[in-house]
Amino acid sequence: MIEVKGLKKSFNGLEVLKGITETINDGEVVCVIGPSGSGKSTFLRCLNMLEEHTAGEVIIDGEVLSELNVNQVRKEMGMVFQSFNLFPHMTVLKNITVAPIKVGGLSEKEAEKKALELLERVGLSEKAEAYPRELSGGQQQRVAIARALAMNPRYMLFDEPTSALDPEMVGEVLEVMKGLAHSGMTLIVVTHEMGFASEVADRVMFMDGGYIVEQGTPDEIFANPKEERTRSFLSKVL
Amino acid sequence: METLKLYLKGIELALQGVPMTVGVSLVAVLVGVMLGLVIALMRMSKHRVLSVPAMIYIEVVRGTPMLVQALVLAYGLPQLLRTVGIKFTWPYLLIPAVIVCGLNSAAYVAEIIRSGLQAVDKGQMEAARSLGMPHGMAMRLIIIPQAFKIVLPAFGNEFVTLIKETCVLSYVGVREILRRGALWNAATFNTFQAYIGVAIVYMMLTIPLSKLIGLLEKKMSTENTTSKKRRKSASERSLSGSLPLSVPEADAEGAVQTV
Repeated sequence: MIEVKGLKKSFNGLEVLKGITETINDGEVVCVIGPSGSGKSTFLRCLNMLEEHTAGEVIIDGEVLSELNVNQVRKEMGMVFQSFNLFPHMTVLKNITVAPIKVGGLSEKEAEKKALELLERVGLSEKAEAYPRELSGGQQQRVAIARALAMNPRYMLFDEPTSALDPEMVGEVLEVMKGLAHSGMTLIVVTHEMGFASEVADRVMFMDGGYIVEQGTPDEIFANPKEERTRSFLSKVL
Repeated sequence: METLKLYLKGIELALQGVPMTVGVSLVAVLVGVMLGLVIALMRMSKHRVLSVPAMIYIEVVRGTPMLVQALVLAYGLPQLLRTVGIKFTWPYLLIPAVIVCGLNSAAYVAEIIRSGLQAVDKGQMEAARSLGMPHGMAMRLIIIPQAFKIVLPAFGNEFVTLIKETCVLSYVGVREILRRGALWNAATFNTFQAYIGVAIVYMMLTIPLSKLIGLLEKKMSTENTTSKKRRKSASERSLSGSLPLSVPEADAEGAVQTV
């Protein structure tokens, strides 16, 4: 369970998150939508401390996130980035196995076995020995998902995972994510893919101006938004 | 005929200094790379106890001529120690010479490495940290290997620079290329032949080296394309592996069947 209490974040005096209190339950699929600059990516990045919050706290499974336990918590929390961030000097297989071996303490053999299973799961078995630059954007992102999954995380954070992709590659990545959602894993997805959100999310959060303005089931948010700001945003993107 | 012989003699004598010049440069660049990496990491540290000394070191070394540094270390330091009652002389002047070159190179290499580390995309560190790697491990496994690749040509240039710079060591008596020529000049007054021989020998070292670095740079920039060997090994692996082949067409059609 992820609990966020009074979370605030400022960059050089500019307050991006203005106090967020929220609970995300295990197994929940939460999609965070909102205009750019609304703080949704910052919110996500605060959950695994890639951004250090300026006030409030993040509590993961009852433990307050801090410098002391951050590496431990991150093992439980996979993250997928907009720009993939695969390690260019390593093969796909090495990309996936490096953390399980070096951080998770798995043997090379165990890690490779697990990696090959994951590659099969994302449909890229034949790319194990390829380098990231030899893959398309969609393939790279699927490898990035496999890499995050290799640590057996309980939570997965997605930061606009399809925003850097060519349109024809969005589908393959969303398919993989749908599979994850149906597997019962806790997902928090910052996205502009409203179709995906309405299909997969248990809960949709609409953020604007550093606050969560409105949230609810996809039906509530997409069909009957209560807030004017939500309506105005949706009318622009839908 | 006689004059040509003098020129050849000048080159020949200067050539005798090559092992010393190259040796000192090599040791210096090795010391420079290792120490430079440490200094670069210190310089980039958030902690001022580390970053400030590194910054001072870089400024001092880069702000003073290497000749002056060599004179201070080779002659100044023993004299200073004598005034406080410690009897100290360098057993070989080569020792302070190598130290000065290494320390000097470290300051320049540190700045090269720093630029290399900063050239690695920020997302790389974030991805590594998000997988649970501590900062040091992420640096070692993810950032530094990439940075080294970026700055390798710059290291080569630093080596070439160092080969030329080591000529100041002739002032502290190291018998490298310039010293050989200078000694011959002092003995025979074949001044032009002596120094032109020295110049030619330096060029014989630096020009091929620069060309080599150019080739290396070119090779590294083309390495971004797929090598045939790699492709082959990838397909061999999936054929011989125990995994069922997944459908490659799935990629193109954007449909992944099993998740």
